[in-house]
Formats: sequence, C-alpha cells, structure tokens
Amino acid sequence: MLLGRVANGLYWMNRYIERAENMARLVDAGLRMALTRTQSAEEEWKSVVLSAGVDSAFASKYSEYTPANVSDFLIRDTTNPSSAMASMETARFNARMVRTALTRETWEAINEAWMSLKRVLANPIDERDLPSVLDAIKRETALIRGCFYGTMLRNEIFDFAQIGTYVERADNTARILDVKYYVLLPSVSWVGSTLDNSQWESILRSVSAHRSYRWVYDAEYKPTNIADYLILNGRMPRSLTFCYRFLAEHLRFREEDYGLRLPCHQQVEDILSKLRSSSVKRIFDEGLHEFLTDFIRDNNRLGGEVAANYRFH
Amino acid sequence: MVAFDEMQPDQSGIRHSYAAYDRWWQQQDPARLGEKMRDAERVFRKTGITFAVYGEEEAAERLIPFDIVPRILSGAEWRRLTQGIEQRVQALNAFLDDIYHRQEILRAGRIPKRLIAENDAFLPEMIGVRPPAGVYTHIIGTDIVRTGENEFFVLEDNARTPSGVSYMLENRETMMQLFPELFQKIRVRPVENYPQLLRQSLAAVRPENLRGTPTMAVLTPGSYNSAYFEHAFLADQMGVELVEGHDLRVVDGHVAMRTTEGYKQIDVLYRRVDDAFLDPLTFRPDSALGVPGIMDVYRAGNITIANAPGTGIADDKAIYSYMPDIIEFYTGRKAILQNIQTFRCSEPDTLKYVQENLKDLVVKEVHGSGGYGMLVGPTATKKERETFSKKLAANPSNYIAQPTLSLSTCPIMTEAGLSPRHVDLRPFVLVSDKIQIVPGGLTRVALKQGSLVVNSSQGGGTKDTWVLDD
Repeated sequence: MLLGRVANGLYWMNRYIERAENMARLVDAGLRMALTRTQSAEEEWKSVVLSAGVDSAFASKYSEYTPANVSDFLIRDTTNPSSAMASMETARFNARMVRTALTRETWEAINEAWMSLKRVLANPIDERDLPSVLDAIKRETALIRGCFYGTMLRNEIFDFAQIGTYVERADNTARILDVKYYVLLPSVSWVGSTLDNSQWESILRSVSAHRSYRWVYDAEYKPTNIADYLILNGRMPRSLTFCYRFLAEHLRFREEDYGLRLPCHQQVEDILSKLRSSSVKRIFDEGLHEFLTDFIRDNNRLGGEVAANYRFH
Repeated sequence: MVAFDEMQPDQSGIRHSYAAYDRWWQQQDPARLGEKMRDAERVFRKTGITFAVYGEEEAAERLIPFDIVPRILSGAEWRRLTQGIEQRVQALNAFLDDIYHRQEILRAGRIPKRLIAENDAFLPEMIGVRPPAGVYTHIIGTDIVRTGENEFFVLEDNARTPSGVSYMLENRETMMQLFPELFQKIRVRPVENYPQLLRQSLAAVRPENLRGTPTMAVLTPGSYNSAYFEHAFLADQMGVELVEGHDLRVVDGHVAMRTTEGYKQIDVLYRRVDDAFLDPLTFRPDSALGVPGIMDVYRAGNITIANAPGTGIADDKAIYSYMPDIIEFYTGRKAILQNIQTFRCSEPDTLKYVQENLKDLVVKEVHGSGGYGMLVGPTATKKERETFSKKLAANPSNYIAQPTLSLSTCPIMTEAGLSPRHVDLRPFVLVSDKIQIVPGGLTRVALKQGSLVVNSSQGGGTKDTWVLDD
C-alpha cells in the first residue's frame, strides 16, 4: 500500500536527482569544449543552456554566455529551479517528505549529498574549482544511486521512483540531441558524412558515452551513428529506448501487482514499440527534429498520465 | 539558592545512582570524550534529526544539542515517580470524561465554571462524545522538575500532542553507538520498545465496532512542521503510514487515505495536528491541515483519534493550578506528585502580589507553550519586568505565575570537564486499557550556566535518561 502523495514524492525525488546529475554533465561537456577550442566558446555555452531547457530564464538574467555565468546559473543559482543545487534541494525536500518509504542508507545519502553540495556551492565557483565541483556533484548522485539500488526493496516504492528517473533521463537525452543537431547540422546533406569535429564528442560527453560509443561503432563520429546510439540502442543506459524498456517494465510490475491495467500502460507500450520499430534512416528521412519534438511531448504526457492513473494528487 | 546536583549534591561524594558511571568516567581520556561529542553531532546531522525554530529563517533546521553525560535515576526513584504519574493520568482522563459529560466537578464547586466555559481549549463539539474505551489522552508527556533528594514537582501535563519521544529514542540509540561498553557495565532499563508499545496501545483503543486489525496512521501537518522528524520517525518505527490532511477524506462514513490503488480506510489516527486544524467543517474553516468531516466520523464511532479532540482543557495552565483538587476529586487520594505553587493572576489580590514580586517569579501565558511569551523574573532586566507588568495588568487572566524553583542540576560535558546545568524530565505515558510508562524520558538541559530555561527553542539541549535496573 502506497500513498499517492508518497508515490508523487518518490517520482520527483528521483527526477530531481537525475536532473542535478544531468546539469553537472552538461556543464562538464561545455567546459571540455571551451578547453579544447581556440576560438570563442560562446556558441557552445549557449547550446548548453538550450539543452538544459532554461534559455529564456538565463537570457532574462544575463546577456553573455560566459563560462562563469552559465556554470553559476546551471549549477549554483537556486533561483533557477533546474540548477544542480536547486534540484538537490527539491530532491531532498521530497525525500524528507517520503522518508518513511526510504531505507536509512538512501535517506542519509540524499541528506549528505544536500549538505555537502550546500557547503561546496556556498560561494561562487572559482573557475579553477569547476572540474572538482562537477565531480563532487556526480559523485554524490552516484552514491545516492548506489544506496538506492543496493538497499531498496523492489516494490512499488522502487517502481515509482524509477519511473521518475527514466522520464527525466529520456527528456534530457532527447533535448540534448535536439539542440546539438540543430546547432551542428545546418544542412541535411551533412548527415551521411564523417565529421572531424570535437563538438560531436561533446554530445556523447554530455551523456557520458564518449568512450562506450567507440565500443559499439567506428571510431569516427557519424551523425547517424550518434543518433542511433542515443535513440535506438537498447543497451546504452541513457538512450531513449533503454529508458522506455525500463519505464515499460516498471509500469508492467504495477499492472501485475495491482491487477489493474490503466491508460499509462498502453501509452508506454506504444512509445516503446514506436522506438523499437524505428530505424535511424527513417528517423532522419522524416526529420530528426520532428521525431524528437514528438518524443518529448509524448514523454511528458506519459509522466502526467502516470500521475493521474496512480492518484499522485 | 544552591541547586541540588543529582550526581554530587555536596562534598560527601557521588550519589549511589551515579557511582558506576563515575567510576567509568574517571578512567576516560578527556580527548577521546571530546571526539565522541563531535561524533554524536555528526550522527544527528547525518540522519536529519532536526527541529525547526519558528521565526528563524536562516536556521530553518537546527540540531538540538546533545550532551553525552546521561541523566541517571535509580529504580526506586523511578517507581515513586511512576506511581505519581499514573495517579495523575487517571485523574486527567476521569476529569475529561466528566467535563464532557455530567460535569460533577463543576457542580461540586471544586473548579470555577467560567474556567471551563470561557476556555478555548474546551470543545463543545465533544460534549456527550465518549471515545473508544473511554480514553481521552492516549499519549501524555508529564514535565517533572526536581529540587531535592525527594522533592519532585509536576511542571506541566502535556495532554494534547506531546513531542520529544523521538529524542528519547535517538538519544539512547546514539549513546549505545558511542559507548557500547557502558551498557555492558551498567544495567539500564530499555526504552527501545516504545514504538511497539505505542502501536499496541493505539490498536487496543480502536473503534469498538471494528472487527479485525485496525489500519493506523500518523497525521502530520507536513514537513515544514517543527516536529516533522518525530512524526516521520514514529510512523516509520510503528510501521504505519505518515499522512497529511490532503491525503485523507471521508468516504462512506469512514476516514480514508488516497493510495496508488484507491482509497483505504483508516481506523486509528495518531494526530499531531492541533484541535483547531483537525476539521475545517467543525473548527477553523481555513485549515488545510485537517480532514473535512472527520468529526462526524469520530462522533459516529468510526475512527479513534489520539489524543481525543478537546483534551487541551486538561493541560491548560489555568486548570493546572487546580490539579491537586482534581486528583483528589477523582481518585479519592491526595496527589502523590506535588504541583508547583501557582498564582492565578485572574484574582485581583494575587495579581497585585505577582506584580510586586515579579523579580522572584516566572510568569507564563495560560495557553502558551515552548517557552514563548514567558518572563523569568530573576534574569529579566528591570525594563523587561516593567513592560511585562503592563501586559499583565492589561489581561490578567491570560497569565499565571510560579516561584522560580531551584531546578536540580546534572553534569554536562564542557571544555573544562564536567559542569552542572539545570534539567527537567518528560516521561512519556501511554494510556489504553492500561497505563504504561517507558522507563526513561526526555531530559532537557539548559546549556547556559545558571540558566533555568530548558526549552529547545530557547537554546536547551537534551540528554539520555537512564533508569537503572536495580
């Protein structure tokens, strides 16, 4: 038996932990670009802000996409509800609300992550410290995930929390891909070509896949391969298909356990089978941007449907 | 005024109850103990055992300072205390039952009628309602102070929603982590089973028409509440749901909680929400913390609410001064535990006396709690006393006054070694078909030298409280 409010808290707790980590990874990818390029990295930082989905909020506060502005806004600024610090605050607030549903280890990992980030981010980040700050965020979220996987019973509590993780992650990967391709592919004629461009690496870096990519594809970065990897590869833990395999599984557990099939079950299956029957060629033929826009919309709808079907509110 | 020190009252030596602890203490390396003190703080912060202080934005979550020196009571001291507390708790329940039914005590003229009729804590909605098993106050925290070897006084009967029991449990847990060897040397009676006792106690007073195992829940105002940690802790330890008002609604004459599988009936609600917020249809209409219609379910006998609505009339500070009469009226015996002499400012002569002797008295608001809005005469400045005197004159019936007692002291650990500080004690009492008191309680300690204010909201700390198995 699980309170609807608690299911909601678990869902958002994991969404925000995932978001905190994604923010650190995005800034990390931006930083990498800035270090490896000789000319101005303004465009790269701009696309980082776009990928984070906070461009209008950023623009209302800053006029320049400097590393200091972007990293402060995405990591430290609590007036930006998606910043790593704000995400950690919200995750911890939700964890505190659903505390009785968490193992002591999980709660303590979240509480300690929050305390340590508060300390690390108390003052503006010195540029020299940025790499270690980003590491700290990734380490804390990894610890939380470790405690969560290592100690939580695989029941409804686990399912609703994980649904939050995968909805957030799928949204994040789709957004990165959309923004980067938009910036990087001015013409569709480039699609088949091999690119000697470190920017492509930054896409992979922002989903922690720059090494594993080479285990699966040629060492050369090809737009079609990168899209294939991030959208269709069911083994890549941040790909859309991977996220939907697990979303479908967690929702199926709920269906079997409660003995009740709800609209969200059909929705998740529809999205998954659409992903499974796709090929990267067809996606590019029909337009990657359109594909991703549809996906982001459907993914959000699924989140809303789960909340409604399971009485989150 | 020289205070009674519970470890070493005079030069003649260590009191018996502290002898074994003292022997252990003498063998300890002070540096190691200092390290233990810091360990304790880390444990508390890590597990998030915090409380919120109202009106302090910056320190939204603070730790209650914990002192590593236990407060120790002998088995004999504890037995005397519990007899007195049991008698008092029986009287409180009998008083509540009477006040909401025949009001014999008013007819007998032992308590002025206006004290009930004009009291906000008296709920007319409870007139004629008899809670399951006739229990009104399921959980009570009796605040006790000591002034000498055999002088114990009841400071307050917390009969509404007493808090602090989670600190009793976590303090013990922390002590056992820090000093496992001590618990092998000294036989301390356990307190860990409190959540189980609470659960059984609440289950025993389930609605009388309910068959089968009751579904129970703890109702919290939410995670912004100062005692939220405790609410979550108790729900967790009892293995019941922690619910908020908006999780609940009335479905088919029962209170039910919204779950991922639909609405599920609740039979026993341990509420940590004040009466006024319990039911917006009956009490404060602006309350978002309660459950619309819960009072109808309650009156129909379909839910147990612990503590029952309206119990506040029994721990009101104006009623407190009548407790010796109340105990005698219902139990037929003199009170075992003494009250502190209390001046009712509502009486004109008394008011004059209080105003003239402010520097020797503690003045409290009749409905106040948590150490807010009180004046401690001896430590207040002349100006503070003058300001307070005017407040008194403007609304005398809002205040009572008590002599400043020389509270007993217990040693705390400081940079310079052990140093005495004033303490009080809150044992926790469970009432169902029987009365149970877990051997221990929450010892609050004023950390500032000489200070008599032990409230955590005013800079007090806590100690583990040991009752010896001797």
